[in-house]
Amino acid sequence: MLTAMRSNPLIREVARSRIAQLSALITIVYLVVAAFGPQLAPHSEIEMLTLPRQAPSAEHLFGTDEIGRDIFSRMLVSARVAMTVGFVAVAIGLVFGFVMGVLAGYFGGWVDATLMRVVDVLLAFPGILLALAVITFLGPGLTNTMIAIGIGGIPGYARLVRGEVLAVLERDFISAARSLGANHMRVILKHVTPMLLSSLLVFSTAQLARAVLAEAGLSYLGLGVQPPFPSWGGMIASGQRFFLSAPYMAIYPGLAIMVLVLALNMLGDSLRDALNPQLRKATSSSE
Amino acid sequence: MLVFIGKRLLQLIPVLFGVLLITFAVTRFTPGDPAEMAAGEDATLAMIEATRARLGLDRPLPVQFGLYVLRAVQGDLGTSYILGYKVTTLIGQALIPTGQLAAVAMVVTILLGVPLGIISAVRRDTAIDGVARLVALIGVSIPNFFFGLLMILLFSLYLGWLPSFGTGTWRHLILPGITLGTFSTGLIARLTRSSMLDTLEQDYIRTARAKGLAGWVVVYKHGLRNAGIAIVTVLGLNLGNLLAGSVLTESVFSFPGIGRLLVNSIFNRDYATVQGAILVIAVIYVVVNLLVDMLYAVVDPRIRY
Repeated sequence: MLTAMRSNPLIREVARSRIAQLSALITIVYLVVAAFGPQLAPHSEIEMLTLPRQAPSAEHLFGTDEIGRDIFSRMLVSARVAMTVGFVAVAIGLVFGFVMGVLAGYFGGWVDATLMRVVDVLLAFPGILLALAVITFLGPGLTNTMIAIGIGGIPGYARLVRGEVLAVLERDFISAARSLGANHMRVILKHVTPMLLSSLLVFSTAQLARAVLAEAGLSYLGLGVQPPFPSWGGMIASGQRFFLSAPYMAIYPGLAIMVLVLALNMLGDSLRDALNPQLRKATSSSE
Repeated sequence: MLVFIGKRLLQLIPVLFGVLLITFAVTRFTPGDPAEMAAGEDATLAMIEATRARLGLDRPLPVQFGLYVLRAVQGDLGTSYILGYKVTTLIGQALIPTGQLAAVAMVVTILLGVPLGIISAVRRDTAIDGVARLVALIGVSIPNFFFGLLMILLFSLYLGWLPSFGTGTWRHLILPGITLGTFSTGLIARLTRSSMLDTLEQDYIRTARAKGLAGWVVVYKHGLRNAGIAIVTVLGLNLGNLLAGSVLTESVFSFPGIGRLLVNSIFNRDYATVQGAILVIAVIYVVVNLLVDMLYAVVDPRIRY
């Protein structure tokens, strides 16, 4: 596994950059917290332990919330919620978008025309609007939040994959494979897909940032992850009500989201730069 | 050119049809009987049936969809059963503040984002570039509702300079406007930097420098002018996003725009308004993007379709 990673030119290139190292480190810390959050938490995330709205102290690192729960512990558990929603949502967008993009790019014609009109329709809903529409008829909750955010990711993947497939199909080794008698399935899986992995990795990193922001936004509105699951976005919403007397209630969860998204965006930038060494520049990566 | 415009307008039709289909589905597949909700709390069974017939809810789904499309293109989005107003009236009232907010955010984006990107490109790989890039990165990474809260804390609660919620005066627009503009400011700064870097590497820039033009003349006259087309396009595409994407910002500041109308209606199960708001936002977004696309073709003589 490790040797395989080292031999990948993309990973090797990224590993040279300080910014990439830092952002990868931060992301790994979040992943570890997501995996072991409940075990690392000093207190229960749902139990009311003490007086409400205590300022940060040695016992309660980030203070306690409006009903006396430990904010630090709740934030650790929220990391798992945010990461789960993020990864599942990205996976939904990736799988459906990939299939649509490959079909559209590979077969062209009416398949392409039809699928791209569907993509156009999905793209007509800016930002979290599509997610809000989906939530309206599915209702809020952990699973539905993943689905809602995931659907919003489909059109981006479909367009990216379609474009890359069209470019790959021009290459000689595709005609070579076909003339050797490879069928569509084999050409797609063995010859086209491996060429897409790098750009999918770059795009998915940015998509993860987008999904984390979307989950935070929906949960802040009260339309995302519901109690008893804690969520950074939801914690900010309840903190807002006590903003003057207990600003720490909203500020720490807000910083937790910001640092994660910042790290993911930096990682995405580094990966993209490594992929195109000739254009070392910064363009948008999250939406 | 006319052919191009005609083709783009034709492409709009299936998109709008799809948008109508999705907004229709949003209200038809939600739990609960729409006729029961329309008839009101104490309606008798007969009244509910009468309402069902009046609204065409007893017809097959495709017919219902046809009726919905027919009404929508005539500007009839139904009535909010909760608030008792026509949905178009509610949306019309909400669009004005949202438009003002988007305008402020746009100004913020242009005044902060573009210079930030230029400075970053001109001072490439210096400390100034590093700071500018970090600011831009924070702009696209910070949840805008969180940024809005931080500004409320500083400017409303601690300093008391600006109101933290509501509407009415220009002062009410400043904090939400800046909040709405943070993401696009970061986005435009990053884009400006990269397109300036591209442009500044061109041969004609080297020629301009070689013939002894002052540095800023080269940057503005030769650099920005040519990088500008991409920047203006993204600014235009972003306008649709600002108009439509203010859901979170408006919620933080209790700002009575279309985003908050939408969120409140979702909570109230006011499906007619939810449907109308989503439809109007999507249509605005699609139409603005189409106009920007066309403008792009008009402005840049190199593009011919």
